[in-house]
Amino acid sequence: MAASLVLVLVAGVTVRAVLFRCPLLAEFISERVEVVSPLTAWKRVVEGLALLDLGVSPYSGNVFHETPFMIYIFHFLIDYAEFVFMTMDVLTAVALYMAVQDFNRITFLKQRFDYESKKYGTDVIDLIRTPKEMCHIPLKVALFYMLNPFTVLTCVAKSTCAINNAIIAAFMLATVKGSAFLSAIFLALSTYQSLYTITLFAPGLLYLAQKHYLFVSLKCPAFWAYSVKYAMMFLGCLLVTTCLSFFLLSSWDFIPSVYGFTLSVPDLTPNIGLFWYFFAEMFEHFRLFFLFVFQINVFFYTLPLSLKLRDHPMFFMFIQIAIIAIFKSYPTVGDVAMYMALLPMWSHLYRFLRNIFVVTCILITTSFLFPVLWHLWIYAGSANSNFYYAITLAFNVGQILLVSDYFYAYLRREYHLVKGLHLKNKAGRDAHIILK
Amino acid sequence: MGLLSDPSRREVLTRLITRMNTPLCVVCYVAGILWFVGLAFEPLILRMYISENAMGSTMVHENFVYGERALSYAREFSGHRKKMGGMPVDWMLKTLHGLGLEAHSQTFSRTLPFPDELRERYMVKGTNVFGILRAPRAASTESIVLSTSHRNTQATGLLLTLASYFRGHIHWAKDIIFLFNEHDMLGMEAWLEAYHDVNLTGMASSVLQGRAGSIQAAVVLELNSDVITSFDVAVEGLNGQLPNLDLVNLFISFCHKNAVLCTIQGKLPRSDGETLPGYVHALQTMLLMVLKQGSGKASGEHGLFLRYHVEAITIRGINSFRQYKYDMVTVGKVFEGIVRKLNNLLERLHQSYFFYLLPSLSRFVSIGYYMPAFVLLISIPILKALDLWIKLSKPEGNQQTTHTERDVSLLTILTPVMICHATGLALYFLPVFGRKDAAEHFPVSETEAVVLSSIAIYVAGLALPHNTHRVLLSEVTERGWMTLKLITLLYLALLLGCIALINFSLGFILAVTLTPAAAVAQPGHLKTFRALLLLLVSPATVLLMCLYLYHELSEVPLTVLECWQLFLQAIAEAILDHHLYGCIVYPFLILFIYPCWLLLWNVVFWM
Repeated sequence: MAASLVLVLVAGVTVRAVLFRCPLLAEFISERVEVVSPLTAWKRVVEGLALLDLGVSPYSGNVFHETPFMIYIFHFLIDYAEFVFMTMDVLTAVALYMAVQDFNRITFLKQRFDYESKKYGTDVIDLIRTPKEMCHIPLKVALFYMLNPFTVLTCVAKSTCAINNAIIAAFMLATVKGSAFLSAIFLALSTYQSLYTITLFAPGLLYLAQKHYLFVSLKCPAFWAYSVKYAMMFLGCLLVTTCLSFFLLSSWDFIPSVYGFTLSVPDLTPNIGLFWYFFAEMFEHFRLFFLFVFQINVFFYTLPLSLKLRDHPMFFMFIQIAIIAIFKSYPTVGDVAMYMALLPMWSHLYRFLRNIFVVTCILITTSFLFPVLWHLWIYAGSANSNFYYAITLAFNVGQILLVSDYFYAYLRREYHLVKGLHLKNKAGRDAHIILK
Repeated sequence: MGLLSDPSRREVLTRLITRMNTPLCVVCYVAGILWFVGLAFEPLILRMYISENAMGSTMVHENFVYGERALSYAREFSGHRKKMGGMPVDWMLKTLHGLGLEAHSQTFSRTLPFPDELRERYMVKGTNVFGILRAPRAASTESIVLSTSHRNTQATGLLLTLASYFRGHIHWAKDIIFLFNEHDMLGMEAWLEAYHDVNLTGMASSVLQGRAGSIQAAVVLELNSDVITSFDVAVEGLNGQLPNLDLVNLFISFCHKNAVLCTIQGKLPRSDGETLPGYVHALQTMLLMVLKQGSGKASGEHGLFLRYHVEAITIRGINSFRQYKYDMVTVGKVFEGIVRKLNNLLERLHQSYFFYLLPSLSRFVSIGYYMPAFVLLISIPILKALDLWIKLSKPEGNQQTTHTERDVSLLTILTPVMICHATGLALYFLPVFGRKDAAEHFPVSETEAVVLSSIAIYVAGLALPHNTHRVLLSEVTERGWMTLKLITLLYLALLLGCIALINFSLGFILAVTLTPAAAVAQPGHLKTFRALLLLLVSPATVLLMCLYLYHELSEVPLTVLECWQLFLQAIAEAILDHHLYGCIVYPFLILFIYPCWLLLWNVVFWM
């Protein structure tokens, strides 16, 4: 297995290195609005570094929106930027590989335990996951991350989204391994980097609590104690990172420039997200209201999901990462690639997926139409922003359908596991389960 | 959520798609064609109207009376041109200076990738001359271009006269650039690249000494006779891009005002659009436009402006055997009016349509009207793909075998895909790279070598050992070709969808020809018939048919031999257009459509 992983990594790195060696292509990719956002663009990092070297605050001029950590990392590593980004992708892939491997092992043990304790229905043998099927999944996850065109584009564009992804992957690994402290550190780092990942607190906590055999219930004091402990660790790390950032630049400029910028969405450059068009069209006095309406989407689903998926924190994490990628204010394809890499983990849901064909077609088609309509709008001047936004909408509808399809399939499988696969209705015929 | 989870409703849908698949496809195809053909019926489509406020309501009085002067300039120019054997640069500069314009010249040179036998040029050197009339009322931030090639004697004379006439007016709010270019398209490309300070095509040219702000609109004039009987307007630009419809409207409205006859695609307008002959006439005109736009070639020098987001048209003065002729005064008046109105523009032309087809000069088909036809056609591969998907996802035998089968088929699918695209790449690179060697070893010129080796590789692509799965796999399965066909159909739909947005006509021509063949492609009985059908709609055959149809429609029928000659010429020109101006039709066909077609060819010969 390790050999195959190395092969995948080498292949991924080779593709990236080759693309880095085509300067024209790399430059073209790094200008694409689908790949870089104002928050992650490499061009802006370079600008911030130049300002820093001149002794000016990098946040003056409203161009640079990275966190202080990032600018100091690249202050030292600017000459090795390509190497750093390739390493980040490799690290992400390895972390995901290890996390999924461990998660699968635990899942299998849990399944055996449940099966032996007769929790499952009678005819569910088809639904039981086998080691044979599960053994290739970690490799597939690494493959999906390393060779996904979206990730390759993100890496070649040197979008710092790759670094955010690496931190998320590290958080997943730490969580799966059951290390609450490391998990809190990476969660804090990730929150510090991109704010929205604070919602991963809930699945992280649930996973860790279950890993330590705590009874997840609001009535259980041990769970409360654990939650407070985890929360304190998380907040402490966050506080430390924020204060460190302050000491690095000795100013609080980065708070409005990074988090204010993320939340108030002043930059309406087109991207694959839902914000730019709405906020470009909107009357100014509704802006605040709609900011709340749009931003709440990322945070809104966390509570109901944590109730529904209380016993399945890993799946919850996947759904939450996908929701962040869809509803964040400056999404890029790098965010999409992150949750798409996790799709092989749920390949056992395949038989319950209803629209996978249509959704795949929508996602592939819209990915190709983005550059076409961009060309028509910006270069040819014959189309306009509505055309591009239409594709953005279609892309997001595809993503939402994908996530809801997986969500539905997951619930359906859980239901069948308990109730049995071949259900009969009262008349004795095959019953249909309908989601209304 | 019902559709997500309700099996009975989905059952209805899947049954509809699988059982009614062929009838649905036939209905879609017929409906698509009928819809498209119906677009030329005038009562169904919109009348032309000017959307731009700044051009619609203002009145302009044209006072141009210097027709004789234009002709004398033309004679003088012609004399100097004969003496110089090319653009008489010094004389032009002197004359423009004399008229009070800021005159500049720009030299350029370009070596073609291989000789252009049609126009007999290989290493091109030339000089563009242009004069800028600075607007008295503005700060040189916007400009209008009036242009002609140095071959057009009378047009040059007219532009010089217009320059001197405009010089006396005080109402110009935009600079007017009078551009006289050598070597038509090449000169225009050189000038535009230098004006916008970019280098897209490897043109070597001198720096422009003077500029006049962003170009708002451009009108190219082609005129080679002292009197004209009508104007012909050419709109199709590079890669099928079209100028804003308002520019066309503007031209037509001034033709109407001066009672000048104007035509499109060389077809006279008819007033009986509701009758059958009138309808057929409109249909022919529209088909001609589709063929021209689909070719991706610029139908005039204006086509290069469009790439720079400058609205432009070419106007050709036609002198036919018609009785009633118009002199230079009327022609000058039309141009004066157009330039005066363009001068009134407050912002770039953007109000009206950019995606349209013109069945006549009084009616147009907008994107909302023609897209349904295309969508109907493209739904055929999608329906077929859905059908195949449903068939493939039904489990055959037990779970285990299907699983391993799917694993194996990844390799068997990937190999033909790679081979087909490699053939496409070879077809793109080899002929141009290997032309010198080919010309050395065979008794052909370089151009012939490029064209003939392209055809050779194209044909050889059909005979490649595609069916690698027979080696890789012990048994050939049904699922193999079904998966390959599924992927090919989706690929085809994706390609057609993308190209139809950029160049509707090309997408439509390809959809009309390729979709039925793609739908029926499968191994098994009637293999010969299916293979023949595929051959009939292969990109090269389609090109041949389009050439034939084009000449048939423009009423200059061809013999088979002439058609073949034109076919060879068209290939050479398509390659040249790609290398010289960046036309995407040739690489698109070679790198994407041809491999996709080869995949279908693979499907037919799967067993």
